[in-house]
Amino acid sequence: MKIGVIRFPGSNCDRDVYHTIELAGGEAEYIWWNKDDFSYLDAVVIPGGFSYGDYLRAGAIASITPVVEGIKSLVKEEKPVLGICNGAQILGEIGLVPGIFTVNENPKFNCEWVDLKVTNNSTPFTSNFKKNEIIKMPVAHAEGRYFVEDIDTLKSQDQIVLQFEGKIPNGSLEAITGVCDESGLVCAVMPHPERASEEILGSSDGLNFFKGIVNSI
Amino acid sequence: MIFNVEVKISLKKGMLNPESSTIELALDLLGYKVKNTDTIDIITFQMEENNESKVLEEVDDMCQRLLCNPVIHDYEIVITN
Repeated sequence: MKIGVIRFPGSNCDRDVYHTIELAGGEAEYIWWNKDDFSYLDAVVIPGGFSYGDYLRAGAIASITPVVEGIKSLVKEEKPVLGICNGAQILGEIGLVPGIFTVNENPKFNCEWVDLKVTNNSTPFTSNFKKNEIIKMPVAHAEGRYFVEDIDTLKSQDQIVLQFEGKIPNGSLEAITGVCDESGLVCAVMPHPERASEEILGSSDGLNFFKGIVNSI
Repeated sequence: MIFNVEVKISLKKGMLNPESSTIELALDLLGYKVKNTDTIDIITFQMEENNESKVLEEVDDMCQRLLCNPVIHDYEIVITN
């Protein structure tokens, strides 16, 4: 059982994610942006950072690199794919999840702990939470404001995974900060579960995302 | 033939543009009263092609695939030679 950690020039949460996969009992492997076949993997995580300097839009350039073909192949094989922060922006740019994460309402880089509601606990990543459970994880982004044209479809298909509880730090539509595809196997979250994976960090709620992947394999 | 291409990328009408509202506030700080501030990104490059319609077709493809995100952006292509 092996989980890939996708690396682009400018990724900076890759080692944290690698460490957290191991904490959750999984085996991790780095996958560089130019690799397009890694079908032997059981899941992949796209970590946060500033891939390609966020040029054009956050995630735009990463979304056309060869590694995307490999990610799409895993999706076809119904293997879990989790995008965190820049990884979430990349999944939005690829179009594997609906909507996009764009410039914050207050256009500054915002780094703080937030309370989040687990709106959908039927994905592999959130299966260890109760529905509507309030959890604590940090956000760290300047482009995290979620926007989608067809919010009704998102709701009716239960594709909202995480919502800010209380304060909305970036102006996201309906406080949304985590969405999934129709199957629930591709999930994009702006908050950082890997930065909330051990009590010494302030919360271990995020570890459940990785345990969820490991348990689903 | 060498064609000069200019791609103007703007946010769709009604989309929140935090950059333009911040610029408007800053101009106000300097005493300038302006309204309806907007920002657009302009990307310019040159292409060697036989005809303009081929250039337009390719640049439109670039906009759809990379330069813009159709969820939030409108774009305009200006070609000169």
